[in-house]
Amino acid sequence: MYNFEFHKAKSVADASAQITQKSEAKLVAGGMTLIPTLKQRLAKPSDLVDLNGIAELKGIKRDGNAVVIGAMTRHVEVVESAEVQKAIPALAHLASHIGDPAVRNRGTLGGSISNNDPAADYPAAVVALNATVITNKRKIAADEFFKGMFETALDAGEIVTAVSFPIPEKAAYMKFPNPASRYAIVGVFVTKHKDGVRVAVTGAGPCVFRQKDMEAALAKNFSADAIKAIVQKQDGLNGDIHASPEYRAHLVGVMARRAVAAAG
Amino acid sequence: MSARMVGDPVRRKEDLRFLTGKGHYTDDINRPGQVYAVFVRSPHAHAEIKSIDTKRAAGAPGIVAIYTGADLIKAGLGTLPCGWGVKNKDGSPMAEPPHPVLASGKVRYVGEAVAVIIADSKAAAEEAAELVEVTYNELPAVPAVDAAVKSGAPQLFAEAKNNICYDWHIGDAAAVAAAFEKAPHVTKLDVVNNRLVPNAMEPRAYIGDYDRATGEHTLFTTSQNPHAIRLLMGAFVLHVPEHKLRVVAPDVGGGFGSKIFHYAEEAAVTWAATQLCRPVKWTAERSESFMSDAHGRDHVTHAELALDKDGKFLGLRVATLANLGAYLSTFAPAVPTYLYATLLAGTYTTPAIYAEVKGVFTNTVPVDAYRGAGRPEASYLVERLVDKAASELKIDPAALRRKNFIPTDAYPYQTPVALAYDSGDYFSTLDLALQAADYAGFSKRRDDAKKRGKLRGIGLATYIEACGVAPSAVAGALGARAGLYEVAEVRVNPTGSITVFTGTHSHGQGHETTFAQVVAERLGIPVDQVQVAHGDTAQTPFGMGTYGSRSLPVGGSALVKALDKIEAKGKKIAAHLLEAAEADIEFKDGKFTVAGTDKSKSFGEIALAAYIPHNYPLETLEPGLDETAYYDPKNFTFPSGAHIAEVEIDPDTGTVELINMTAADDFGRIVNPLIVEGQVHGGLAQGIGQALFEECRYDPKSGQLVTGSFMDYRMPRAGDLPSFAVATHATLCTHNPLGAKGCGEAGAIGAPGAVMNAVLNALSTIGVSELQMPASPERVWRAINDRKAAA
Repeated sequence: MYNFEFHKAKSVADASAQITQKSEAKLVAGGMTLIPTLKQRLAKPSDLVDLNGIAELKGIKRDGNAVVIGAMTRHVEVVESAEVQKAIPALAHLASHIGDPAVRNRGTLGGSISNNDPAADYPAAVVALNATVITNKRKIAADEFFKGMFETALDAGEIVTAVSFPIPEKAAYMKFPNPASRYAIVGVFVTKHKDGVRVAVTGAGPCVFRQKDMEAALAKNFSADAIKAIVQKQDGLNGDIHASPEYRAHLVGVMARRAVAAAG
Repeated sequence: MSARMVGDPVRRKEDLRFLTGKGHYTDDINRPGQVYAVFVRSPHAHAEIKSIDTKRAAGAPGIVAIYTGADLIKAGLGTLPCGWGVKNKDGSPMAEPPHPVLASGKVRYVGEAVAVIIADSKAAAEEAAELVEVTYNELPAVPAVDAAVKSGAPQLFAEAKNNICYDWHIGDAAAVAAAFEKAPHVTKLDVVNNRLVPNAMEPRAYIGDYDRATGEHTLFTTSQNPHAIRLLMGAFVLHVPEHKLRVVAPDVGGGFGSKIFHYAEEAAVTWAATQLCRPVKWTAERSESFMSDAHGRDHVTHAELALDKDGKFLGLRVATLANLGAYLSTFAPAVPTYLYATLLAGTYTTPAIYAEVKGVFTNTVPVDAYRGAGRPEASYLVERLVDKAASELKIDPAALRRKNFIPTDAYPYQTPVALAYDSGDYFSTLDLALQAADYAGFSKRRDDAKKRGKLRGIGLATYIEACGVAPSAVAGALGARAGLYEVAEVRVNPTGSITVFTGTHSHGQGHETTFAQVVAERLGIPVDQVQVAHGDTAQTPFGMGTYGSRSLPVGGSALVKALDKIEAKGKKIAAHLLEAAEADIEFKDGKFTVAGTDKSKSFGEIALAAYIPHNYPLETLEPGLDETAYYDPKNFTFPSGAHIAEVEIDPDTGTVELINMTAADDFGRIVNPLIVEGQVHGGLAQGIGQALFEECRYDPKSGQLVTGSFMDYRMPRAGDLPSFAVATHATLCTHNPLGAKGCGEAGAIGAPGAVMNAVLNALSTIGVSELQMPASPERVWRAINDRKAAA
């Protein structure tokens, strides 16, 4: 690791001020991406601003027809939350397959979506559930939040404080993990709301995307059969030693059908 | 008294310190005044070094010294020696280009050490390492073994044309040609034995030290064989005499072969310590280990098996390209030749065998022994061929094997590839395995799986291996530059407890327990009265260390011989104390007794008498009770067995799930069944890892190491593995006093064939008949998909 100055932020305002003032400062949430990056000397932040002591960023609560999850909520807390299990069990299922137990004990929702790794799981949930990302400055709709590989709509100094997930009628998440890293090679989150169907795909492309052909077919007939003939195109999909674009395109179909079947 | 100790499931003495975090590993050691080394490594697979500018780095805070290859040459250091010479077909010696400690003139693999930075903290050394300016002239690289031998390929060494180190053969080409000519059936197979990264849990770490006042050098090393390192490094690299060089291998967290070899970093830190007169410490990072620990396997093979119309094997011919990596590692030439091709008879009576092996240099990390070292490659090849033949001839795979097994009354059995097997019974281990795996009930399980949309397969491998390395004269005749005996010193203390000094090294094998069991049973004393010391060349006599499943067959036999001497001397002392003839003294259950009487002395009383010789036959016998024995084995030992895997494949994704794994093994005498079971489990995990998950990948053009971390290199995890069904059936080794064959590598040898045969069995139902390891999801899916498209 390169040397850095460490600050434990006392509040969101404090954290925001620090990262706005110091251009080379980075926020630390769970550290599950940041710390390995630092250990490999792939990043050289001048300062680390730690969010782990800020109470207002924690907690899971029901708010009308939504579940609101604080940005610093650990994956394991989402897994174990009675509220989440009751209202959106697919979200708890997704969280239970992030990384491994050590990662789930430290990693956070806010950290995951702010980083927007193309192979992260949460972006698929945020988009499929049509969630709202709440920051210290504004509210951002899911469809506006994820911009590109490792890129989000967040401005400098803007910090995610919570995510509000509307409760769907049906939902499920099916993931084909990278056998080594257990990131998503393809992860498909399918939801049925009263006003439509959403199919969000992570892992396959440079950023989470909605499979609009599948959404249209499922809106008419919410069943695995309805999307059997839909072929995901491989152009623009990721390829590496674990999965070629062609294989990923195939897996999008397989995982989507399995998610629809599991959604009930 | 005296429960029998040998054969008892005694819990390991080592485990208390290992499981409570109180192990004493090299990185735990800190010496006063120590400084820290970081290596600058080549980012290129093949390049000329035009210049190395260390000025900026030398000026960084905390820097004590920086050394490059040029400094080592100026200091007169030698190059890393190769411990085994292999001859070409025409009898000429292999190409033996030098293996420098730090790169000299050229770099030949990503990760090759180019310079060493020494600083007062590791962080300071890491900072300075980034300031070293190396100017490279990049050259085309060739990481793949089949591309490296083609004309026009980039050449690594002037002395190795077409990158060939040696072109070797074994067997009878004429007999094989004759057999194939008449054969009604020939089965052909092209196999890849995938390259593996060893990934012992503990990365390599070394501390070199030098005491100017005494002129003594010390190296603490994560090694499997400290005496060998002392000899190789002292004599060939640093030119330091052995009596001034102490090498200590303390607790070592796994080796699996990767910690046998004499590595550049050992020599670098030991030499640097002499320049600085301070301890120099280096601990590898994991990503550094990926690109500097010797890799394993990496063969490309074409093989053909000739059979008669009833499935009797008539002949086998094999042509293998073996990747040696960019430089010769310590044992590299022997692994794909004498440890591989001599096992091609397998458990069968194949009468004619001919194998050609080319050892090839490529722009990759040097390749050397890794758990099984040559025998997994042989077993995988033979067992895949046999299964393919079974499928082509429509003979049940178990029946085809039985038809060709060496009969139980045929021992000693001389194979057509040099080795003579002493004992074995492949029929019993196969039957045991078939029973335990419920082979008979498989078709119902397959049909049930089909209803669930899954393809289920079952696969066998009956393996044999040669271990207990090795008879020195045989090894020497085959090109080994060392003897392979073992030594044990049994030191009885005056109050009757024992310290055993062994030349083996325990880095997971549990010798502190098993050797103590052997002593406890022989001398009739409690097992906790026996201490086993290993790893320090200042303490233990010269032994060859631990690898090749040799510690019990060879080291244990040395121990038995030393115990024979202890017993013999004890009888002389007892005869004197009991005023009887030596011939009338019996020793049993810890007591020396005059035959036919109740006059006896305990072992403890004899021990005390030896060290306080007041009433003692001093005219004819020296005091003391401390005996050393060396044991050179008469032959290799030959564990064998049958492994059976059962898998289910999800055809939609290509994912292979391992449902059952059964192992029935013949290890001869078992000293501790708990430890044997642990060894089998570990070996199976590594064999399964090779078959389903692990693959070290290089970019074919740039030679960049693509699988450089656990994010991409797919290790087997506990959750991937079913509970193993393991059983043993012993035929004793006929030529060592313990009757032990060794067990450390068997799992890694039999499992890959069993698993891949199971995968292919599952895929055969949809017409797929070829697949290479690892059977990763995309690879399996493509095989299925390509078959569907072709249909």
